[in-house]
Amino acid sequence: MYEGVVQDLIDELGRLPGVGPKGAQRIAFHLLAADPADVRRLAQVLIEVKEKVRFCRTCFNVAEAEECRICQDPRRDPSVLCVVEESKDVVAIEKTREFRGRYHVLGGAINPIEGIGPDDLRIRELMTRLADGTVTELILATDPNLEGEATATYLARLVKPMGLRVTRLASGLPVGGDLEYADEVTLGRAFEGRRLLDV
Amino acid sequence: MAHTVGVSLYRDEGVVLRTQKLGEADRIVTLLTRDHGRVRAVAKGVRRTRSRFGSRLEPFTHVDVQLYVGRSLDVVTQVETLAPYGAALAADYPRYTAGTAMLETAERLTVEEREPAVQQYLLLVGGLRALAGGEHDPGLVLDAYLLRSLSVAGYAPSFGACARCGAPGPHRAFAVPEGGAVCPDCRPPGSASLAPEATALLAALLTGDWAVADAAEPRYRREAQGIVAAYVQWHLERGLRSLRLVDRTTPEGGQTVRATGDA
Repeated sequence: MYEGVVQDLIDELGRLPGVGPKGAQRIAFHLLAADPADVRRLAQVLIEVKEKVRFCRTCFNVAEAEECRICQDPRRDPSVLCVVEESKDVVAIEKTREFRGRYHVLGGAINPIEGIGPDDLRIRELMTRLADGTVTELILATDPNLEGEATATYLARLVKPMGLRVTRLASGLPVGGDLEYADEVTLGRAFEGRRLLDV
Repeated sequence: MAHTVGVSLYRDEGVVLRTQKLGEADRIVTLLTRDHGRVRAVAKGVRRTRSRFGSRLEPFTHVDVQLYVGRSLDVVTQVETLAPYGAALAADYPRYTAGTAMLETAERLTVEEREPAVQQYLLLVGGLRALAGGEHDPGLVLDAYLLRSLSVAGYAPSFGACARCGAPGPHRAFAVPEGGAVCPDCRPPGSASLAPEATALLAALLTGDWAVADAAEPRYRREAQGIVAAYVQWHLERGLRSLRLVDRTTPEGGQTVRATGDA
């Protein structure tokens, strides 16, 4: 046990995800030895992130205003809506520079064993967005794992009566990988989604 | 079949029950294995898109797995798919939710890790095969699985003779705390009243008489489902989280009925 505030700092750091008691101690002593200006900047950012950042009222992505930058951007196509699980998925898709539509962040995936059902996600808000008829294509970009697939199935069934074009991101072989290491489900999907090579 | 390879390496067949994220790219995978019971193991790097495990360690997958004995958790070294039930289940929401309730039950009924539970394992594999095969209503497959897994665990309900005095049935009252149908003399206050058709359905689900079960009318299915849910929640102290999220869309009416668990 350390004295007073040093121990408090170690305890607080130890509550962060992925930080154990030894890691917390190492970070605490790094901060003690660091330049005061650097530590002050870190403290300032920590406070600011809690004060300024909120969820976009339209798409529920993290935002610094009522609406996020993507929802405010008039150049983004409002007729194509991409549904993702988390804000970090928006960032991953934005990095591709392939997509010019808008997003809807669900806040997770349906996972009954963990007690997460459709009512715990922002599905009601998605249905409200779809109701005015602006969106013509819904891209389901939930994770390609069991929970993500089940969530996509649930959403596809839910929006079916609306007559939208509903698409799912393709899944198959990772670029740069070896065919022999692909598992049966992934390789099967790659066959299912094979495309015509028009040269 | 399982056999030991060296001292600290072993091979077994199992069903992936649950996965939890661990660190940057790993997962803790809970498996119900044939010979080693419920095992928790680390799958290193499984969340990376280029992981050699790929989708093999997703819940519902029936796998042939090689594990290395670790200090607290074992480590997955190799996996081969025996049957990828997850793909079929995730493509059908009612089946997916029924399947998750089965996985959670299997985990809860195998209390001790590494305690062999062959019957529970075989029951789960059979249940998932039936669910993915799509021959029966997913709600019925789930109810049959729940009744049978509780029976294997030592909580077999009685749908014929009175659970208290043994008077021959059928009886119309069902008392969850007594463990089954009860005669008018033994009937405690608060017992549920069951239609004879619902009792017949429950008995058919327990014994695997699918001709009777498949022919049951939706209203008796709902009655039976309520009894099963109440029976499960009574015996599993904390209750099943996934049971309340089971989507029981009836093929006849397309109406969604969720199990309440408090029937």
